[in-house]
Amino acid sequence: MKRLILSAATGLTMMSTAAVAQTEIAFWHAMGGALGETVNQIAEDFNASQGDYVITPVFKGTYEETLTAGIAAFRAGEQPNILQVFDAGAATVIAAQGATVPVQDLMEANGVNFDIEDYISGVRYFYADSDGKMIGMPFNSSSPIMYYNVQALEAAGVTPPVTWEEFQDVTAPALVEAGYIPLAQSHLPWIFTENFFSRHNLPFATNNNGYDGLDTEILVNNPAIRAHFTALTDWQERGFFEWYGTGWGDNQTPFEEGKVAIWLGSSGSFGGLSKLDLPFDFSAGFLPYWEAVTTAPTQTFIGGASLFAMAGKSDAENAATAAFFEYLTSPEVQYMWHRETGYVPITTAAYDMAKADGHYDRFPAAEVGIQQLSLPSGDNTRGYRMGFYVQIRDVMNREYGRILTGETSVEDAFNAIETEANELLSRFAQTQG
Amino acid sequence: MKRALFSNIWLPVALLLPQLAIIAVFFYWPAGYAVQSSFYLQDPFGFGSSFVGLGNYQNLFRNSEYLKIANFTVWFTAIVTFFSLAIALVLAVKADRVIRGAKTYRTLLMWVYAVAPPVAGFIAVIMFNQSWGPLTEFFALFGYRFQVGVNFNDTAFAMILTSIWKQVPVNFIFFLSGLQSIPRSVREAALIDNRSASGRFWTVTFPLLAPTGFFLLIINITYALFDTFGIVDTVVKGEPGNNPMTLVYKVYVDGFRGNDLGGSSAQSVVLMALVLALTFVQFRLVERRIHYT
Repeated sequence: MKRLILSAATGLTMMSTAAVAQTEIAFWHAMGGALGETVNQIAEDFNASQGDYVITPVFKGTYEETLTAGIAAFRAGEQPNILQVFDAGAATVIAAQGATVPVQDLMEANGVNFDIEDYISGVRYFYADSDGKMIGMPFNSSSPIMYYNVQALEAAGVTPPVTWEEFQDVTAPALVEAGYIPLAQSHLPWIFTENFFSRHNLPFATNNNGYDGLDTEILVNNPAIRAHFTALTDWQERGFFEWYGTGWGDNQTPFEEGKVAIWLGSSGSFGGLSKLDLPFDFSAGFLPYWEAVTTAPTQTFIGGASLFAMAGKSDAENAATAAFFEYLTSPEVQYMWHRETGYVPITTAAYDMAKADGHYDRFPAAEVGIQQLSLPSGDNTRGYRMGFYVQIRDVMNREYGRILTGETSVEDAFNAIETEANELLSRFAQTQG
Repeated sequence: MKRALFSNIWLPVALLLPQLAIIAVFFYWPAGYAVQSSFYLQDPFGFGSSFVGLGNYQNLFRNSEYLKIANFTVWFTAIVTFFSLAIALVLAVKADRVIRGAKTYRTLLMWVYAVAPPVAGFIAVIMFNQSWGPLTEFFALFGYRFQVGVNFNDTAFAMILTSIWKQVPVNFIFFLSGLQSIPRSVREAALIDNRSASGRFWTVTFPLLAPTGFFLLIINITYALFDTFGIVDTVVKGEPGNNPMTLVYKVYVDGFRGNDLGGSSAQSVVLMALVLALTFVQFRLVERRIHYT
């Protein structure tokens, strides 16, 4: 008995020594499946790389669920050190000053070298405040790109379309002739709305796309995008475009099955697609643009998510968070993340490392996302910041669905989106009062 | 009849206390909080908030989308309740007559009861898969392209079908035990009085089943309004888009997905009022016409 107590006491002492020596931090994320395994790998490697800090990644479900869990935990004083927040939820978190510690401040306070210029240009300012200070650390960054079935395009005797005019006049008719459904896409608000505005350098919202204030109004009801959706309905009738619903996978599956020749998805889909045993070769290109709208197309926004350091943590834990961010942004880790998942490397150094390693010689399609994010920028390409944006996207999805099932006209749909989105924006402004 | 009374007030109060405490903590407190939040627009993190009075409610009732969802919910509830009860009743009446293999037959019918709503929804997602779902292929035989997630009515059909399928076994179990509790003597007397089976059913069996039916009506309306959440969520794959949804799913979409606490609290209060009204109507009006034996 005595011996048991003794050994229990020794055990406790050892445990408490370990606790004193190592600072433990929690990281809540929304990366399921293979992505989650890569996140766990990064965490394990980080824990093995040093002896001071231990990070524990926890999968919390979808992006929306992770954000909600983080908010609920914050209100209960149980927030994790790091919370992954997706693009559409960024405004909610950034508006709540005091909920997070800006990444830039966190890094500088802990003596980590931080230069926003190290980050590639398309990534740099999306999660920054209006002064350009980085609030959230871009983590899994992607952009919508165009995947295509190489054999389908060869069979049709066409090259990947650069503009929508080319698609409409040349590519699509030839693909239909060759027995394919020419086009599908997986996310109408992200690909055909947000990035439509950035690709054509059109303002998406007042107040500098919403960065400069809360009294923002959305500028979605723009003739160029209305024309785009009118074209989509026309393409649908002519068999050039097929819409399989709001679900991401429902639209990706027909491409994987070889029925659809061109699919617009995320640059982050690359990892998943290359692990599949597809019955054809696929490659990728930039998101097409309308020559009628611009002859100088610009870069796209990043999608995906970023990591926020939650406020209310001890200095020791914040130091651990800063150390993890430093590790995460190191070229080696970024390159590994990029290689495994297809998300873009967020720093120039990591991009250079991937190039030097010959990654893009082996997989040219893997470079498309980052190249597209590095295209010339414009006044309206830095990103957007709008509150209640998750609901605004829901409204878009609803109205776009109605356009594509013939339940409403393009005109009425955009009027409805504009009205409802502006109501949501003004309601969001009131939540900050 | 003599009524037994407690001699002092404190003993019954003490006996009720645990139950009251549970109701207070898990119902009155959150419900009160929801009523309070419904008058505010607040920052999800709890930093800022503005008092908007009845603004959140006004916003709901002039929003045509909310009214459309309410309308859909009414239809959805009516259809699911009616068919779940009707199909279960037919099955129970038939199963009641089966003699050989009765147990196997009944067990098979009750099986689905064990399926959780999200699993039922997932089965629907598989059955109605756009490219290879067996039911999609079945409809294709008739030249109809069934598209769940694209076509509003198709998606509604899938949700309704799954919700009914999931609920029939529960009703079946209750109807069957209700049928079996009808005394043999009553049935035999009916057999002498009335030769027609359907006549016997409507004049004797059905009225005797009414208490069970009334109980099931409440259970089924509540099921269709609230418990189908998992099915709706799975069928729309968490992305409502242009798909149909029920009021309780809308509360989730705005509150949990969209972090609009004030707006979704107002919706919860509306739902709460709806349930109160429903309960009142059921107990005051319907129950008076039903005789319990």
